[in-house]
Amino acid sequence: MEKKVFERPRYLKKASTHYCPGCGHSILHRLVAEVIEELGIGERTIGVPPAGCAVLAYDYIDVDMGEAPHGRGAALATGIKRVLPDRIVFSYQGDGDIAAIGTAETIHAANRGERITVIFVNNGCYGMTGGQMAPTTVTGQLSTTTPGGRVPLRDGYPVDLSEMLAVAKGTVYIERTSVTSPKNILRTKRAITKAFRTQIDGLGFSLVEVLSPCPTNWKLSPVEAARWAEETMTKTYPLKVIKDLTGTPGQDGN
Amino acid sequence: MNEKVLMRGSHVIAESAIRAGCRFYAGYPITPQNEFTEYMASAMAGLEDGTFIQAESEIAAINMVIGASMAGARAMTSSSSPGISLKQEGISFLAAQELPAVIVNTMRGGPGMGNIAPSQGDYFQATRGGGHGDYRTIVLAPGGGQELADLTGKAFDYADRYRTPVVILADGMMGQMMEPVVLHKAVDPAELPPKPWRLSGAAGRPSRYIRSLLLDIAQEEERNWKLARKYDNITREIPRAESYLTEDARLVVVACGTAARIAKGAIKRVREIGLKVGLFRPITLWPYPKRALCELSRSVREYLVFEMNTGQMVEDVKLSLEGRGNVHFYGRPGGSVATPDEIAKVVNSLYHRQRLEEES
Ligand code: SF4
Repeated sequence: MEKKVFERPRYLKKASTHYCPGCGHSILHRLVAEVIEELGIGERTIGVPPAGCAVLAYDYIDVDMGEAPHGRGAALATGIKRVLPDRIVFSYQGDGDIAAIGTAETIHAANRGERITVIFVNNGCYGMTGGQMAPTTVTGQLSTTTPGGRVPLRDGYPVDLSEMLAVAKGTVYIERTSVTSPKNILRTKRAITKAFRTQIDGLGFSLVEVLSPCPTNWKLSPVEAARWAEETMTKTYPLKVIKDLTGTPGQDGN
Repeated sequence: MNEKVLMRGSHVIAESAIRAGCRFYAGYPITPQNEFTEYMASAMAGLEDGTFIQAESEIAAINMVIGASMAGARAMTSSSSPGISLKQEGISFLAAQELPAVIVNTMRGGPGMGNIAPSQGDYFQATRGGGHGDYRTIVLAPGGGQELADLTGKAFDYADRYRTPVVILADGMMGQMMEPVVLHKAVDPAELPPKPWRLSGAAGRPSRYIRSLLLDIAQEEERNWKLARKYDNITREIPRAESYLTEDARLVVVACGTAARIAKGAIKRVREIGLKVGLFRPITLWPYPKRALCELSRSVREYLVFEMNTGQMVEDVKLSLEGRGNVHFYGRPGGSVATPDEIAKVVNSLYHRQRLEEES
């Protein structure tokens, strides 16, 4: 008898994505869909896609979705969750969305301890608009608006939003992972699972920051991009559990 | 069980919203409308299914309303002029995503920070959409008193019926004034018509999404035409105005909201000295009650538009009359509130300048 070892998750639509080859979004969409299926919450989950490359997430992830204006995901998700407290509400946001134009909405939703889950995709640039400097662009990184590389005292330091959010008392679980290797992808999946669990248990605000390659704007091949994320981005954004008040074991059993 | 109560205007709108089934309010402090937000804070706290959020910004407040509306609640936010400017991005999204919501603007003097005195400077902003893109919002202009209660209920009904944001234009004077009103019976939100389009989780049905992004030009054009058809229906179905002493009038004052109230006082005074003057008061500012105004032009030639700005609604009056009348304007912008005596003088001099006393 044949054993099926790989199939399309139930909550991933039958569609080929518009994402570039090697883009982290494709992997992440799949992980989110897998977690939703495994937790059995597909019929009560509502997603909030952002402005940016992932705006079309509703074409791929097969749950109810409500598009947010640029940066406003956390505020919009707050509105949904407060009206329907028994639903599982997540926003999916890029770095410019969450850490520049939407900083206020994010920090205050976190501070209120909104029972929402945020998937924060950090690829160090504005992907959809063509690779401008993002708040998370690392020092020295080239972008279309930092042609000679990011200079902190001119362009600002790279923003570590996750660490900032960890200070807020309303946040319960924050972890930074990446999708650059099978091992890291598995860690990411576990982190997303835990983030959703945090919400299901009504504990408070949860967020997973995912370092995600953008080969197109980094002007690297998919393989080089994954390596660059692993070797260079992690120096500014180390992969780790940033905050965990869930009282459940972490990635490494501690 | 319709009780008559003495309440300030801002509280009448807030209480009427709750009675209309509003269960979600998000707002941000701004003068002169803080009583409204504070009333909502206490009222929602007393309701098991009510949510009040003091948002971190006007922008967050309107986006919370978008989310609440997507989830199917009757949702509301309120602010005053500068705050309403900040909400315009969200209002454009509400229009594009065809989501109901009610937004109260207690207008104050502007532009910029302006002041906190009553004004009608946001007429254009409200009636021309306000944010980016090709859309309109329904705009209601209560005259104060009982109408604050009546129109607030209507605002939620219109918002749901047409799936579109509705703006209530008030001002600080209206908000502060204590008047007797009969509040409407409270509606149980569970008994409101269901919203089959809302986001609730895809249980027992295919998933759905609410979006405004339409990269395909043909789709975006079709959405724009779809909205335009809806706006045509609204324009046919809901225009409303009050005509006061217009039957024998030779001069009609056109004014809305607080300005209309002042004008009414002025008209009472000039009627006492025999001048045949009436009032036309638009209650819906968009859609503008064009037809009713046009009908007046069969018997009236002279119009005086009085606004608490430098001349905005006067354009709609001219567009409605299409040349069938002489349109004059008197404005007091910047938060100045004219007295009925002042307007009576303006009316009197115009009346005689146009030699209306000589008409038979
Ligand atoms: S531009 Fe970057 S983020 Fe956007 S789809 Fe392509 S690789 Fe992904």
